[in-house]
Amino acid sequence: MSKKTLANQAAIVGIGATEFSKDSGRSEMQLAVECVTMALADAGIDPSEVDGLCTYTMDHNPEIEVHRLIGAKELTFFSRVHYGGGAACAPIHQAAMAIATGIADVVVCYRAMNERSNYRFGTGMQDTLPDPTFETAHYGWYIPHGLISPASWVAMSARRYMHETGATSEDFGRVSVASRDFAATNPAAFFYDKPITLEEHQNSRWIVDPLRLLDCCQESDGGVAIVLTSPERARDLKQKPVIVRGAAQGACDDQQMMTSYYRKEMSRLPEMGLVAKQLYQQSGITPEDIQTAVIYDHFTPFVLPQLEEFGFCDRGEAKDFVRDGHHARGGRLPINTHGGQLGEAYIHGLNGVAEAVRQVRGTSVNQVNNVEHALVTAGTGVPTSGLILGVDV
Amino acid sequence: MSEAKRARVPRRPRPGINRDNSFFWEGLKEDKLLIQRCQTCGELRHPPGPMCPHCHSLEWDTLKACGRGTIYSYVNLHHPAVPPFANPNPIGLIELEEGTRLVAGLLDIEADEVRIGQPVEVVFYREQEDDDHAIALFRVTDKSAEAA
Repeated sequence: MSKKTLANQAAIVGIGATEFSKDSGRSEMQLAVECVTMALADAGIDPSEVDGLCTYTMDHNPEIEVHRLIGAKELTFFSRVHYGGGAACAPIHQAAMAIATGIADVVVCYRAMNERSNYRFGTGMQDTLPDPTFETAHYGWYIPHGLISPASWVAMSARRYMHETGATSEDFGRVSVASRDFAATNPAAFFYDKPITLEEHQNSRWIVDPLRLLDCCQESDGGVAIVLTSPERARDLKQKPVIVRGAAQGACDDQQMMTSYYRKEMSRLPEMGLVAKQLYQQSGITPEDIQTAVIYDHFTPFVLPQLEEFGFCDRGEAKDFVRDGHHARGGRLPINTHGGQLGEAYIHGLNGVAEAVRQVRGTSVNQVNNVEHALVTAGTGVPTSGLILGVDV
Repeated sequence: MSEAKRARVPRRPRPGINRDNSFFWEGLKEDKLLIQRCQTCGELRHPPGPMCPHCHSLEWDTLKACGRGTIYSYVNLHHPAVPPFANPNPIGLIELEEGTRLVAGLLDIEADEVRIGQPVEVVFYREQEDDDHAIALFRVTDKSAEAA
């Protein structure tokens, strides 16, 4: 008996997004139903047919209310994934499993938030909740010392990575400059027509040394939705099918939520290595078969070890990869061609999934030539997830 | 200090204390830095938890750390500037001589002087003299030392 696989069991058939802004001027629920119905229209599927919905635990829009407002009838699958941006690819993973097992036929994944105008993750945690749950106790190892923000948690890992690999702030800057270059030619990006230079990166103020302002993604309002169904049905729909060739989640030994500081080796991302191993196993492809990638970029430093975990370069050599410009426009592996979360918007990575779909369809504003496979990764420093999307063959 | 004045002074956030970690915070009150130790296999662990990941034992006691270690990594937090923390605020990931690591604010050093590999020693810190709560900060004991 052959081993069961998730490869080629589901297809992405629709994508939708609101505009990306600093103040959407409407409710998160409105953003959610707008992007969900846009994605269904893109697919050519009537909202009444939606029987599956997946989102993040951090999303504030209940599946049942989205289902009610779009006028759908029967919901047979609904799920949520934890760990913020680490979930980015995981709702797609959930949807693919539901479709593969016949639990649902049309699943919509969504993330809609007024992050910038309502709550701003970057302000950090300044109060301790009285309820001593696991998570409250966990943050107690950090916030009494002032290590209160996502940037600060990532910076601690970044410093050690620099120490062990020789990567520099300029190398982080090269990631930022390449993303903003792509954003500059993407009209949907918040930083459309606003490229930056490495000098501007180096002159930007410290947020948490070694992270500068231009190493940190934006804070954004907006919504993104992705529609999946079976590959068979996908072939009869409006868009060129984008096949889920691989989908995976990963957490590893001594895993912590943003603070995996206690492992023997701290400057690697073993959870992303676990995702990579599963994705390559499912899809049967190698790094050479991937033409473009969306590498999660809440903060630039973690882009480098992700390139290493996926085998695009050897351990500690991502700095050379970016110095050679392989990640930039015209490079061997252009990454974050929508501008990334640094340049387009921070929608917890779901906008990156949409860009990988456009790259496989051949419709990106920064289209890479002859894309057969696009990789997408999710948040790093946290339990994470990933996808390999491919053309229908 | 009067209660009214005390209320106006910004305080550090307090940790969430539960059955799994209270020994650590109780120890600091007595100027002891404690590391959780498995009573069955002897492994040390931090952050603490109810089960030993190595042998699954639920039996544990604590080892009093000597209080010395080195800086394994560090950051200097500039933004957001939150009182009462220094700005920039140097924060270290300390590798204790016993082998476990913990995060702690750094004392008596300028942000731009901190380096990986510098030796440190624990300081039991109370925001007010009569506080019934202490945290473990660390002082850099040799600024000239650097990791190889």
